[in-house]
Amino acid sequence: MIDKTTLWIVIIGLGVGSFLLRFAFTGFVGDREMPAWLLRHLRYTAVAVLPALIAPQVLWPSATGGETDPARLAAAAAALAVGLLTKNVLGAMLAGGFTLYGMLYLLG
Amino acid sequence: MTTTTVKSAFLKGFADGSPFILVIIPFASLFGLIATEAGLSVLEALVFSLVVIAGAAQFTALQLLQEEAPTMIVLASALAVNLRMAMYSASLTPYIGSAPLWQRALAAYLTVDQSYVVSMAEFEKNPKMTVPQRVAYFFGAVTPVVPLWYVFTVVGAVLGTQVPDSWALDFAIPITFLAMIAPMFRTLPHVVAAFVAVVVSLLATGVPYSMGVIIGGVAGMLAGAALEKRLAQKGDGND
Repeated sequence: MIDKTTLWIVIIGLGVGSFLLRFAFTGFVGDREMPAWLLRHLRYTAVAVLPALIAPQVLWPSATGGETDPARLAAAAAALAVGLLTKNVLGAMLAGGFTLYGMLYLLG
Repeated sequence: MTTTTVKSAFLKGFADGSPFILVIIPFASLFGLIATEAGLSVLEALVFSLVVIAGAAQFTALQLLQEEAPTMIVLASALAVNLRMAMYSASLTPYIGSAPLWQRALAAYLTVDQSYVVSMAEFEKNPKMTVPQRVAYFFGAVTPVVPLWYVFTVVGAVLGTQVPDSWALDFAIPITFLAMIAPMFRTLPHVVAAFVAVVVSLLATGVPYSMGVIIGGVAGMLAGAALEKRLAQKGDGND
């Protein structure tokens, strides 16, 4: 059972901390010019951080106890492939979803 | 005239953000379900989602709370997962940094993966957008997503029963993120950045407190930026 005091410290601390992270640049830097080298690195934020976040979940999903799952692997590949080919976010999500359920059904 | 273009920017953002409704509903419901399973009340789950609005960090915090990790570790880990928000904030700054402070504060609160990715893609595609149009687009993109995040946290918490594992809802997040990233692979440095980030984060999975994500992300950013610089130098013939 989670201790209520701890829970509220975490909720409030995480809320304040997350806001400060989100406000760090848009708020404090504002329209001051940022150096070219910093902007060059920031261009790759999304394409680097999100794959880093999901790569372990794709290969070793916690839902299967960390065991590589063909259905989830195929679903990830389908979402990526359709996204690359069509540049359509919704299409890629649907491709991933259908592949996941199709494979789970076939393999289940 | 300006009002019209700002309004249409908001509507375009709304339309471009709408596909994420499909993901936010299961994702938020799942958080609500897991939160009540962990012993949180419906109100506590809702406040959690209202105050933090960051799924990955919320799941991280909840898991560590259940493991009775020390409070500081819970906070540090969840904030590490959210460090990418600072990077998002930094990369949004050249586009909306001159907007009024209250708009930037509201945009900061509403900076989530979906609003960020959709907006960056649009800002890069249409460099002629004015700052008010960009801000309107950003708020438009977040409008179909964030309210549902609150609502379905409550729905999930109220349902309170466990969704069968066979629904495989755990995989809604990887699929969404992949679908979001794939259209962003416009240049070789983008692809290399993603590849390096994946390899390094996989190698760093053993690093405690979810720091592997940050380490992988930074490695990918360094690789992408370095390659971009090299390619640009070659192009200029300065090499």
